[in-house]
Amino acid sequence: MNKKVIVKGLVGLMVIGTCFAGTIQIKGSDTIVNLSQRLAEEYGKTNKSVEISVTGGGSGTGISALIDNKADIANSSRTIKDSEIQKGKKNGNDIKEFTIGIDALSIILNPKNKITSLTIEQIGKIFKGEIVNWKEVGGADMPINLYGRQSNSGTFAFFREHVLQGEYSDKMNSMNGNSQIVESVKKDISGIGYVGVGYVVDNGKPINSVKIINVAQKTGETAYSPVDAKNIYSGKYPIARGLQQYTNNKPTGQIKEFIEFELSSAGQSIVKDEGFYPIDGDYKKSNLQNLK
Amino acid sequence: MLRKKITSAYLKNILFKNLFKISSLTSIIILLSLLVFLLKESAPMISEVPFSDFFLSRNWNPDGWNGEFYGILNILYSTLYVSALTMLISIPIGIFAAIFISELSPPLLKTILKPLIELLAGIPSVVIGFFGIVFIGPLIAKLFHQYNILSALNGAFLLSIMVLPTIISLSDDAITAVSDDLRHASLALGANRLEMIFTIVLPAAKSGIIASIMLGFGRAIGETMAVLMACGNALRFTGNIFDPIRTITATIAIELGEVAYYSTHYHALFGIGLVLFILAFIINNIAEMFIKKGHKLKC
Repeated sequence: MNKKVIVKGLVGLMVIGTCFAGTIQIKGSDTIVNLSQRLAEEYGKTNKSVEISVTGGGSGTGISALIDNKADIANSSRTIKDSEIQKGKKNGNDIKEFTIGIDALSIILNPKNKITSLTIEQIGKIFKGEIVNWKEVGGADMPINLYGRQSNSGTFAFFREHVLQGEYSDKMNSMNGNSQIVESVKKDISGIGYVGVGYVVDNGKPINSVKIINVAQKTGETAYSPVDAKNIYSGKYPIARGLQQYTNNKPTGQIKEFIEFELSSAGQSIVKDEGFYPIDGDYKKSNLQNLK
Repeated sequence: MLRKKITSAYLKNILFKNLFKISSLTSIIILLSLLVFLLKESAPMISEVPFSDFFLSRNWNPDGWNGEFYGILNILYSTLYVSALTMLISIPIGIFAAIFISELSPPLLKTILKPLIELLAGIPSVVIGFFGIVFIGPLIAKLFHQYNILSALNGAFLLSIMVLPTIISLSDDAITAVSDDLRHASLALGANRLEMIFTIVLPAAKSGIIASIMLGFGRAIGETMAVLMACGNALRFTGNIFDPIRTITATIAIELGEVAYYSTHYHALFGIGLVLFILAFIINNIAEMFIKKGHKLKC
């Protein structure tokens, strides 16, 4: 009898202990991981009672973890699939979406490549393996090497849906993260890759080690650069997307406070610092709806 | 007094005997439960993926745009391809190094060399993988005028670094174990040192050397991190050593994190894991066979 009481007491203490320690587990998108880390650090400076751990692994991995209750917040660079919302419901959770920033998916080439702009159709054909030599799009005569992401990546899924509308070439290198793609294209003069704009902008300026090309919606239309905020907010850059966070049900307590911080002007200035774009009107509205 | 001593010694004896027994049984139990677990988790796949779509298809694409595909041929081929390439690099180097260490090097050098080579085995594979991305890959690309850095050859070089300690160390043991009588007899009959090594010592140590090669091969097939980082992970079917490829281990490592539990994809990943397990099991058994044969010869 006594033993039971002691055990119960211990379990109780442990539960209370974890509540007080206040940890928030954030998991998912590699595109968002650095931004998320910065946001968590800045938030931690003024809120010492909460510990936020941020890990990557890919959008799919993050959403899987959220569904299995292994994460409090899932970072995702693609919007959640219906099937995933249903799985959450099965576990008794109503998954809520927050957009914490805007990303312009950037197409990068080696600086030695002459090409400065491509159309969505050309990029799609290149990654589908239908265009295999740079001379077919006006470049030098050399084979194209593709650097894409692994299938657990939200960027992989977004790019396939919005640019390829088909299957990736089986010759594409499947890289583990945005920075690996940047590193590879840096070294490979025939390489092409796609990464979040935060990975090619440093201190507000585009990096020199890779070339960020302009993208046009269709042949004959003007091509726009992803590193110019104007093109993003006007909708002229064709492959901009929201950077999402998902929670199980409406966030409460510390998770809610943290998300509010991310959406505040202080949080949004960090988003800008990291090379992404702060959210505007429509996103703000739907965020508020899911928060209140 | 005397009786007491005997009993305590006797008890200790029993205690330790059983301790050893339990320890050895534990490893068997772990192995068996692993096998049972793999079988159980992959079994539902049989009803969900037709046999021919699994074993006879080259298309592995569980999250494809045009549907789900679970063909193992390409990734199995790539696994064997990069392992075979590894063996092509590491067998000659490994055996020559073992001959040097056991037959030719001065004793002092041997006492330095052998621990150093065995230290290689202790380097974490993620460090070796990193080494491949920043150093070996670019070097290969430069030497052979290739554009891409991540390739089957890059992976094979990294795997060689991991496999060589096994091959060198075990081959050296096998060569050292050859009786000096044989060496002396062959020298006395007029053979020079090189002839002695190649016609007498190596054939006598053959089974130990083959066993070391098979164990190295098993290691190469099962290694994950280095090939994941260095090979580029393209799903294609290729015979070109400069092309990126994707192995079974890399496929599991990439996809297991996002897979929904108990989905077809989940079961299929355990299915390819089982294939890998069986492959490694067969290879290790062949190695074991050669080790036993070697023991018999020496007796």
